[in-house]
Amino acid sequence: MWNTQTRSRASANRSLSISGIPTQEIHTNMTTASKNPLGPGFDVPGREERYRDSFQRTLRDELNRDENVYIMGEDVAGGPGREDQGIIDSWGGPFAATKGLIQDFGARRIVDTPISEAGFLGAAIGSALTGLRPVVDLMYFDFIGVAMDQIISNATKSRYMFGGQTRIPLTMFARSGGGTGHAAQHSSNFYSILAHLPGMKVVVPSDPYSVRGLLAASIRDDDPVMVCNHKKLINLSGFVPDEEYIIKLGKGRITREGTDVTLVGMSWTTEVCNNAADLLKNDGISAEVVDLLSLSPLDEDIFLESVAKTNKVIIVDEDSPRASMASEVSAVIAEKAFDLLDAPIKRVTGPHTPVPYSRDLENLFLPDEADVIATTKTLLGE
Amino acid sequence: MAVPQGKLSWMYETMYRIRRFEERLLEETAKGNAMGVAHTSDGEEAGPTGICAHLEDTDWISSTHRGHGHCIAKGLDTKGMMAEIFGRATGLCKGKGGSMHIADFSKGMLGANAIVGASIPLAVGAAFTAKYKGTDGVAVAFFGDGATNQGVFHESVNLAAVFNLPVIFACENNGYAQSTSVEYAVPVKDIADRATSYAIPGVVVDGMDALAVYEAAGEAIARARAGEGPTLLELKTYRYHGHYHADIPHTYRHQEEEDIWLAKDPIPAFEKIVGEQGLMEASEFEAIRDAIEVEIDEAVQFALDSPMPAPEELYTDVYVEYSNPLQGLR
Repeated sequence: MWNTQTRSRASANRSLSISGIPTQEIHTNMTTASKNPLGPGFDVPGREERYRDSFQRTLRDELNRDENVYIMGEDVAGGPGREDQGIIDSWGGPFAATKGLIQDFGARRIVDTPISEAGFLGAAIGSALTGLRPVVDLMYFDFIGVAMDQIISNATKSRYMFGGQTRIPLTMFARSGGGTGHAAQHSSNFYSILAHLPGMKVVVPSDPYSVRGLLAASIRDDDPVMVCNHKKLINLSGFVPDEEYIIKLGKGRITREGTDVTLVGMSWTTEVCNNAADLLKNDGISAEVVDLLSLSPLDEDIFLESVAKTNKVIIVDEDSPRASMASEVSAVIAEKAFDLLDAPIKRVTGPHTPVPYSRDLENLFLPDEADVIATTKTLLGE
Repeated sequence: MAVPQGKLSWMYETMYRIRRFEERLLEETAKGNAMGVAHTSDGEEAGPTGICAHLEDTDWISSTHRGHGHCIAKGLDTKGMMAEIFGRATGLCKGKGGSMHIADFSKGMLGANAIVGASIPLAVGAAFTAKYKGTDGVAVAFFGDGATNQGVFHESVNLAAVFNLPVIFACENNGYAQSTSVEYAVPVKDIADRATSYAIPGVVVDGMDALAVYEAAGEAIARARAGEGPTLLELKTYRYHGHYHADIPHTYRHQEEEDIWLAKDPIPAFEKIVGEQGLMEASEFEAIRDAIEVEIDEAVQFALDSPMPAPEELYTDVYVEYSNPLQGLR
């Protein structure tokens, strides 16, 4: 193994001039070596809960909390127009994200739409401009394309071009990512296209705990926010506090502490990084994992501080590499922490292809633990 | 539908204000005082006037790149508008929007919008809010003939019909989408016919006659307020100038055609009808015109005297809570 001890000591005199914000600030100390994202010592009442259930519980809390919150989208109820036939909740969207809400909140607040993404997203923006707080289900992340003009031209620009007269408290959510055989048009992760837009916020929860805090924060936020729910996370379970809480938008967290290398993850790739870090321990390699949680605003401090400690970084992003979030994080590190690096910045990403269908090809597309471990060992000169 | 006396003079004043604001704007653009592009709507004044005569500040309108008339008819301040187009800090949008993005939310004006068709669903959303909150508010989407070929127009009308929302789709058919004629680009005889696909009323109105627009809009808005759903109004009209200030319309339309529409000028037409019915005196028209001349002069002077936005304004108003300012790489 490359002599990291010596190098780290040598780097210790180099300092990074950034305004450090403790990672604890997002809720509490996220540092953990176990599967429990909150770690030992996080002593609040809670439960083991699937990501989807944590997501829906949060929707319910926010619907109860604020009368102006409503949910709109295709199949968010699934059949409210057939009440006369005794059918009002046939589906609740893919992964049943909103199943059952219409019984408790009614068709006024759980609003099924025709398949008209541009039309209903535009209407949601219009309702946000006039005092409501819409939560729009875009179903699959790829469908953003159908509504993109409303995002680019209205949601993200209205506040600026009207001189700050208005707010757009719009939350959108969608199922993103590959690994479930949904093929090219239902598996995208082009986060960077949204994060690129001034006026837009983008969050990428990575477990049942973070989705609850980030979704609540997004719905209460007065700017447009996209919440990306990776399909491979939706059925995973984890510890979720019973209490209501928010995770501040624009704050990442450390999910593994380490000294040899920084692994930067987002959404599902945080899970990949955590697993890789645990496996690397067997080889005596201490990897720190930074979970971005928000892509815009982006918590630069958290990964710059980690790089100041480890002097080596690998960014793991399921998206294709060109102009990706991995590229953006790389650029920030190169610009602000070049002197702290002991090795080139590495990106582990999907290839520059659409997501393929066939399972073997899809597995080849997706960055996994083996890719992260191999890249880490190469970087460390092993 | 009888027009109340006070409303008649308001309508004349509004049309004349729009006309003079835009004529003066073209002069100021030629002088370089107004930055950017100016899309004028002179000739089309009767539409927004006849419609907005029925609206309160609590009702909403959405607008287009050709939006000065909508703004003025909805009661926006001409000083703030002129300053906005002159790019000044005192503009209604602090000089950040310009001619194509004038908004005043305090007046129920959701903003001019320069993507053709993109503002139509915003009005649907405002109508959704009215229904959600149980008010009797209505929303009017103003758009041109060209916008009715955009998918989002059809999605919006369908959505409003399915949700039975209090929204009026006001299509100002001025015959041209930039330079492309409506006869070329629209296969139906009247754009109002497109309403039949969505099972809502579609009404053709003489868009050069403010009183006819007032009557048709009154019926549509009353239906909307009564919970009877949306209406598509097609206002047959004409823009006297080109698509924008430097456009030369004779590259795509004939003088003979322009002359026919110039003869239907909505302002003298209004004077004639209202005057012949003895509802307003010639002296009243004259007094209104004189007052407007003074007002427009003052608006221009206000804009010229106003400061440019401070440099730091570049960075504000992107987010409500601007937690991560990236101020560009220099």
